Amino acid sequence: MSAASPAEPAFVAKTKTGRFTDFVDARVGGSGILREFGRKVFPDHWSFMFGEVALYSFVILLLSGTFLTFFFDPSMAETHYDGSYVPLKGVEMSVAYSSSLDISFDIRGGLFMRQVHHWAALLFVASIAVHMLRVFFTGAFRKPREMNWVVGSVLLILAMAAGFTGYSLPDDLLSGNGLRIIDGVIKSIPVVGTYISFFLFGGEFPGTAIISRLYMLHILLVPALILLMIVLHLFMVVVHKHTQYPGPGRNDNNVVGYPLGPVYAAKAGGFFFIVFGVLALMAGFFTINPIWNYGPYDPSPVSAGTQPDWYIGFVDGALRLMPGTFGDWHVEQTWLGFVFTFNVLLPALVPAGILFTVMFMYPWIERWITKDDREHHVLDRPRNAPTRTAIGVAGFVWYCVMWAAAGSDLIATHFHVSLNDVTYWLRALFFVGPIIAFIVTKRVALALQRKDREIALHGRETGRIVRLPHGEFIEVHAPLDEYKRYKLVGFESPQVLPAVPNEHGVVTRKEKRRAFLSRWFFEDRVAPATPAELEAAHGHGHAAVEAPEEAKSLSH
Amino acid sequence: MKALSQKRRHPLAVIALLLMGLLITGGLYAVATTVNEAKASTTTYSTSDVEEGGKLFAANCATCHGMGASGSQDGPSLVGVGAAAVDFQVGTGRMPMQMNGPQALKKPAQFNDEQTRELAAYVASLGAGPAIPDESLLDGKGDAAKGGELFRTNCAMCHNAAAAGGALTRGKFAPALADVSGKHIYEAMVTGPQNMPVFSDSNITPEGKRDIVTFLKQIETTGSPGGADLGSLGPVAEGLFVWVAGLGVIIAFTIWLTSRTS
Repeated sequence: MSAASPAEPAFVAKTKTGRFTDFVDARVGGSGILREFGRKVFPDHWSFMFGEVALYSFVILLLSGTFLTFFFDPSMAETHYDGSYVPLKGVEMSVAYSSSLDISFDIRGGLFMRQVHHWAALLFVASIAVHMLRVFFTGAFRKPREMNWVVGSVLLILAMAAGFTGYSLPDDLLSGNGLRIIDGVIKSIPVVGTYISFFLFGGEFPGTAIISRLYMLHILLVPALILLMIVLHLFMVVVHKHTQYPGPGRNDNNVVGYPLGPVYAAKAGGFFFIVFGVLALMAGFFTINPIWNYGPYDPSPVSAGTQPDWYIGFVDGALRLMPGTFGDWHVEQTWLGFVFTFNVLLPALVPAGILFTVMFMYPWIERWITKDDREHHVLDRPRNAPTRTAIGVAGFVWYCVMWAAAGSDLIATHFHVSLNDVTYWLRALFFVGPIIAFIVTKRVALALQRKDREIALHGRETGRIVRLPHGEFIEVHAPLDEYKRYKLVGFESPQVLPAVPNEHGVVTRKEKRRAFLSRWFFEDRVAPATPAELEAAHGHGHAAVEAPEEAKSLSH
Repeated sequence: MKALSQKRRHPLAVIALLLMGLLITGGLYAVATTVNEAKASTTTYSTSDVEEGGKLFAANCATCHGMGASGSQDGPSLVGVGAAAVDFQVGTGRMPMQMNGPQALKKPAQFNDEQTRELAAYVASLGAGPAIPDESLLDGKGDAAKGGELFRTNCAMCHNAAAAGGALTRGKFAPALADVSGKHIYEAMVTGPQNMPVFSDSNITPEGKRDIVTFLKQIETTGSPGGADLGSLGPVAEGLFVWVAGLGVIIAFTIWLTSRTS
């Protein structure tokens, strides 16, 4: 080095710490990485932080989960409980359940850690769900982020898998009932179902192998896959840069926000401890999965109020909604001497299948309809994409109907209504709910767009009534400042793309279908106010006081 | 013995043997069944109790249950239901019923202890039935672990593993068992009120019922070791809590963290 540039002697730090730091930096290039990442700009908005919540929940899950592995024994060998919880003393149970009870009652801090772990698991999946809703409704899945949407969807499924395998580990009555339902669903798969079930459980349910197998999946395979996916996910976030909400000076070629270092890094680091603190408080004050209430698993009893954790609830709800018979026709059929249990197979696999297929495909569906191949880094406000928002809400309502069905018994007891009626209503809503949700949401979105347009053109109502010299009363409208107006007018409003012939001059059937969907998507449209309209509305700089006729009539 | 052995080839010997066999089996069966059903009242009621009870019954219950408790189209006959049934239904306020519905609801008792006792005496006098359980069965000193096992096998499918209650069909429900006295729990098991099945003494022994009462009292006094129990309703309550409270607080923090910019 010094030979190459004799004018500038090699840098020698003055202090010992400085020399040490320089030594390390010269070998790992830390300052370069820090310089690059520290200048990475992130836009600031509260709705951008749910992914962070999920990441932090996952870190907390790793920490608390490691503690739990020190004491948990995933064995299904039989033992007699000899711990300090009196109502279970001497009861025959599996070693897995016994060690879970020991973690809860005889290991210092064990119950707290168990509860931190379980609450963090619920928050993990919940924050992923909210994060995905944010991404969907703001259109952040559009080019170039389609692949990252898929990685995120895979993460959702992995999170559910991690949750379910963990839920089953304590081998209490509740988790055993959950496994039994899964076993039933697997066995309902025609032809191969029973084989899969026997391979999974190592024989007839429940067998003696399932807990240790689930344990391996829960602590090894699934977390490793989640970690891999998180790395991919964050790598793509760095490559794509973060999206931003529309605003003055923001466009698809820039990112307006704060650099990662030092402010954003400090905020994010602090936020980790906030999430940890909230989870610790929840774990300290609110019990979760009180396994000692449920007793050891035994295939004969089933407790009332047996439900899965919330993220599996929609599948359980679909199972509850499915009727076993239509009049005299039984949904379970026997063909050629084989039983086909469609009353289990259909509700367990079809709604979840539709939901996840549409979720994975959606970026491509919309891309095909809009023929939009541009990169998008500025987000849509949900109201400015009325049909997409309506589709999202319809799907959300559909999910919520099934979700509610998982708690149908609790709805019945807490609101003093008949369980049967709850089921009938939810069955109707299963079909009608999404349609109503779609129509209402689309109308609300369009109405909000009209309101935006109105405010952009004529300003905000001040509530001040002025009497003009000739006796007329008008309400004074205050014009918006430029920044606020930009948000109301600066958005894209795609129009219907009619079918176009291909290179052979033929309009293909597929293209016709696309054109039909394009019309369905964009025919109801409120165009953003154009500069000419704004100019006309604002007249001679007197804003709304001398507003044109239209504005006056609207002010009455 | 000699006389007996000489007559064993007597033509009537077979008949005599058959008769003896029948008598023994029938006798044993009669003894076995009376253990459950014809258990005579352990508490003795005076004639005046029965008389007073009769008056109360005629004034408050006969509209539906009929004169002499023989039943009508509005209410079942009470002959043979026993004192335990009366003590449970009247003692928990379920009877007299406020209105017809899917199920009689628990409410503040309309009769005091003395009147309830008189009503029980009257109904018990109409026919043998389960009596009010003895104090020794309700002392809560049984085996809680055994009671827990019995509870999970026989009761939890309706009443929930933590005795928090659960839904039945068409507006009926199994109530939560917290704050229900041991006596009423025991009486419910032997009389099977409303939609509940009867757990006879051959199904769950009196000792087993005592264990169940012990278990229920034990989990009630132990409370929730892990903090507020969210109603002991299981994952639905937990999911609701994490979405509303957990995520709600987190969102409040995210808004706070980003509020000083833009």
